[in-house]
Amino acid sequence: MREFFKQVLEVLEPIREGFRTTGRHMAMEPVTYEYPEQRKPVPDRARWRHILRRYQEGENVGLERCIGCSLCSAACPADCIYVEAAENTDDERYSPGERYASTYQINLLRCIFCGMCEEACPTGAIVLTDDYALAEDSRMDFIYNKERLLVPPVS
Amino acid sequence: MGFWEGLWRMALAPLVVLMVVLTTVPLWIWLERRVCARIQQRIGPNRVGVMGLLQPMADAAKLIFKEDITPAHVDRVVYLLAPIIALVPSMAALAVIPFGDLQAADVNIGVLWILALSSLAVYGVVLAGWASNNKWSMMGGIRSAAQMVSYELGMSLAIIAVLLTTSVYAASHGGHALSLRTAVNSQQGVGPLAWNFIWHLPAFVVFIIAAVAESNRAPFDLPEAEQELVAGFHTEYSSFRFAMFYMGEYVHMTTLSAVCTCLFFGGWLSPFAGIPLLARLNVSTVPVLMYLAPLFWFFLKVTLFIFLYIWLRWTLPRMRWDQLMALGWVVLLPAALVWVAVVTVLAGAGKVVDGFVFSGDGWFRLLSLLAVAAAYLIYRRRRGSS
Repeated sequence: MREFFKQVLEVLEPIREGFRTTGRHMAMEPVTYEYPEQRKPVPDRARWRHILRRYQEGENVGLERCIGCSLCSAACPADCIYVEAAENTDDERYSPGERYASTYQINLLRCIFCGMCEEACPTGAIVLTDDYALAEDSRMDFIYNKERLLVPPVS
Repeated sequence: MGFWEGLWRMALAPLVVLMVVLTTVPLWIWLERRVCARIQQRIGPNRVGVMGLLQPMADAAKLIFKEDITPAHVDRVVYLLAPIIALVPSMAALAVIPFGDLQAADVNIGVLWILALSSLAVYGVVLAGWASNNKWSMMGGIRSAAQMVSYELGMSLAIIAVLLTTSVYAASHGGHALSLRTAVNSQQGVGPLAWNFIWHLPAFVVFIIAAVAESNRAPFDLPEAEQELVAGFHTEYSSFRFAMFYMGEYVHMTTLSAVCTCLFFGGWLSPFAGIPLLARLNVSTVPVLMYLAPLFWFFLKVTLFIFLYIWLRWTLPRMRWDQLMALGWVVLLPAALVWVAVVTVLAGAGKVVDGFVFSGDGWFRLLSLLAVAAAYLIYRRRRGSS
């Protein structure tokens, strides 16, 4: 009889252990990040969506940094940047030097987010940010044009 | 019977029962998803409605609007009939369950009705497996049938053990021995101490295991074992027909939990009833609470059982097919048989047992429990010193 109960207990032991384990986990704090509201902190040097910066202070404040030199395009291993330059005039001045980028497009579907454009840029105009939520409804929308890349003017 | 009473009994009460149960199904689905999420340290659905309570509704809406595919190779009539057969019997079984005063029909053979209908539900699964004309579905259906055959017996015997004491009660206090109402009434006494799960512990354990097997849930979910059979018997079902199987599973769970509550956990009886100090909490004289309190206790107990089901499902791995058969035939059936024999002898021994353990005043139960505990402690001390 004692042998019998011992056997029964042997069968029940792992079941009890299972309930103990799941019960313990039920009491634990969930590890979920509730995404749109709570975001996991990204590393400081995360390389995601590009922006085109402006001068925030100094004599050129408000002007675009990009001078339309196409060095970013040349450095790009995925060949996803397209730049067209045009002349600044005194009436219409976009950037400090002679030329500015009249067209600036990045195809984010091709981009590998390596950051070479950022390294190549002589004026620090193009910068990769930590905005990783890059979703669009169509493939065409992934070709970011200058309006979407450029930060808003300094007010 | 006046007109209004007749209307209530014949039409409204069944409707209310059906509505209540159909409302609880999304609740159980929500509970299942939230509990399993917590077990896996997730949060679970919490977006649709308050705390995600409307998530099952959204899922149901999605399922209804999905395309209802009837594959070309199926046995059409049986295929279309199977989900109905799976869902309807488990709903019909609810008719005889007393939710406090609320009951669709107080049939004098309530327990038989439940046994008959809850085993009918398996036809839905078997026919779905057969009609799908697909080997995985077929295997799922056949497993379900074999599983039902081996667990129905243990379950019925466990119920019979309870019925023996219920009939002793019915003989002296009136009422139909097979009515669930009598089964609950026979458990009046000192709170939970008078409930059958203590005095019929072996039957209770057998019943609970068999009930899990009967509702095809893990660790006995062999008919739909995802890893082996794709989705088992409902592989070929989509849209609302799948939803019916899904709903059937939860309705079946509710039915079995309700039966378990009635037979073993004192149905609508308050756990405080009959306990000296706590009995002051008795609300049976307060107008509104008088009707709500039994419902509250009943649903609390049912919820606890459902919670147990869910916890079980997310804790234990699925049993192997031969282990399942062995458990049913070699463990549960003999255990239930032995218990039926023991109860028969005790109940047949006459008035002594009748008054002492099973249907007497609760104090006798309390004292006998204390006596057993004391005897056990003395036994342990003796053994420890020698």
